[in-house]
Amino acid sequence: MHPRRDQILTSLGIIALFTFLYWAKGNATEYQIRLLNNCAIFITLAVSYNLINGVCGQFSLAPNAFVAIGAYTSALLTMSPAEKQITFIIEPLIWPLHTISVPFWVSLLAAGSVTGFLAFLMGFPVFRVRGDYLAIVTLGFGEVVRVVANNLQSITNGPLGLKGLTPYTNLWWSFGIMAFTLFFIWRLANSSFGRAMKAIREDEVAAEAMGIRSFRYKMMAFTLSGFFEGVAGGLLAHLITTISPVLFTFFLTFNLLIIIVVGGLGSTTGSVISSVLFVLGGEALRAVEEPFSIGSLEIPGIPGMRMVIFSLILIGVMIFARKGIMGREEFSWQGLIQLLQRVGRPKKEKR
Amino acid sequence: MTFFQAEHLTMHFDGLNAVDDFSLELKERNLVGLIGPNGAGKTTIFNMITGNLKPTQGKIFFQGKEITGLKPNTITRRGIARTFQNIRLFQDLEVIDNVMISYHGRLCSSFMGAVLRTPLYNHEEKKMREGAMALLNRVRLADMAHEKAGALAYGQQRRLEIARALATEPRLLLLDEPAAGMNPQETQGLMDFIVQVKEDFNLTVLLIEHDMRVVMGICQWIKVLDYGAEIAKGTPREIQNNPKVIAAYLGEEGIA
Repeated sequence: MHPRRDQILTSLGIIALFTFLYWAKGNATEYQIRLLNNCAIFITLAVSYNLINGVCGQFSLAPNAFVAIGAYTSALLTMSPAEKQITFIIEPLIWPLHTISVPFWVSLLAAGSVTGFLAFLMGFPVFRVRGDYLAIVTLGFGEVVRVVANNLQSITNGPLGLKGLTPYTNLWWSFGIMAFTLFFIWRLANSSFGRAMKAIREDEVAAEAMGIRSFRYKMMAFTLSGFFEGVAGGLLAHLITTISPVLFTFFLTFNLLIIIVVGGLGSTTGSVISSVLFVLGGEALRAVEEPFSIGSLEIPGIPGMRMVIFSLILIGVMIFARKGIMGREEFSWQGLIQLLQRVGRPKKEKR
Repeated sequence: MTFFQAEHLTMHFDGLNAVDDFSLELKERNLVGLIGPNGAGKTTIFNMITGNLKPTQGKIFFQGKEITGLKPNTITRRGIARTFQNIRLFQDLEVIDNVMISYHGRLCSSFMGAVLRTPLYNHEEKKMREGAMALLNRVRLADMAHEKAGALAYGQQRRLEIARALATEPRLLLLDEPAAGMNPQETQGLMDFIVQVKEDFNLTVLLIEHDMRVVMGICQWIKVLDYGAEIAKGTPREIQNNPKVIAAYLGEEGIA
């Protein structure tokens, strides 16, 4: 409706975000910066996961595999040969990986490309089946990748994992990549290609009958989703600096699934909001895992309590608000302005 | 060269012969009806033509090329569009998006072009939107363009399905019970609409219908199917007086 105004507001929003980051870099505590990084990475992960699950409607359960592949690829590429020699104590790293060491950005690009390519290959068997079967096949792949990472000693260093990665991931990297991912997926989902993917989600038989090559677009969504999850995996690896197969269990997929479902399957905006709530909420709920007392009742610290609460939230959302926070709606400046006007003049609305 | 030809189509589902040795020839710009009692195999024939089912035996030719066993999307892009007996719209998408999806098969831009919003993509998107809007005008749904398709009334949904099929720019249009669930007035409107669309878009139409007024009213040629096999063909007048057809519809008693 107001393309000019919206462009200006979007630019202002981006400038505001990056000004905030610049400020945060100098003033925020290390802990707060860590949280901001986590937010950006989870947004990247959730938005790209939402492309295949929400936009294209293919219930994939493989993001943990993609994050793992991305994390290992980029970590193996940035570590210096000396570090690799120290880390791989049981079996040496295979040629030529043991001599390679590349800049961080190259490793991220490689992480995305390798993951995207593996997702593409995985797509051939995966998209032979639909619905529940697809979920099971992708779940299987996720598990296979984890088990391979656990046992491929000469590449992944097995259960010991990779330690002492250089913490390259900073606010600029994580938010820069988040912004690029958002831009890319938002534009794609709101193009003719996104419409084709949504058509497949709504009714694959009808989409085919309207000339949509459903296999091609499912592959496209899966591969692109894999690419961005791989890049985010690389970011994650260089944020936490230690990776091992236990990081990439089904739990990671489950968390991402909670995020996109609570946000509203198919809504990029919802994925963003929900990721932030998940990361910050997870921190706020840390208290429930500590010992605390209600009145005279002493409750010991129970590790894992947070997951119980998250699961309860998911169940609540499924029962009371199946569409999640945003449903399938997206953010628009017009919508925000109207919302603010409504909040600003509550009495007029009531008439 | 025959415009459309199906030869000896046979479809077995395990033990059941859904369609048995069915042949059909369509001349360009014909309006042909396919009728028969429930379970006669009419929709199965549609599904074979559109690639949703692969015939057990038989061959299908369209504009001189064999299309047997091709994927549905390929057949659609070759110029055969369809509607569904049980309406299959993209319920949660806007009405205009439902129609625009049908143009996607002809898009020239790549997905990178779409992400970067290149001039070519913007031009194509604009053309798709205009084309869809024109079609919606044609089916009197233009003012509903931004409603969710699932929110439309039944008759409107039927019209939207036809608009969506037309957007694929077909040469042959297959309509599967377009008048199902419509009242007599709506049915009359639909008949006029089908004839008009056929003329305007230079189409060949193959129609499955239970409503005899529709079939007898607008079809130039009719085929009657019972238990998967053809039992009669001819003009509406010939069909109306064919004892085999009457028997199939009313039972053997009907003849006596």
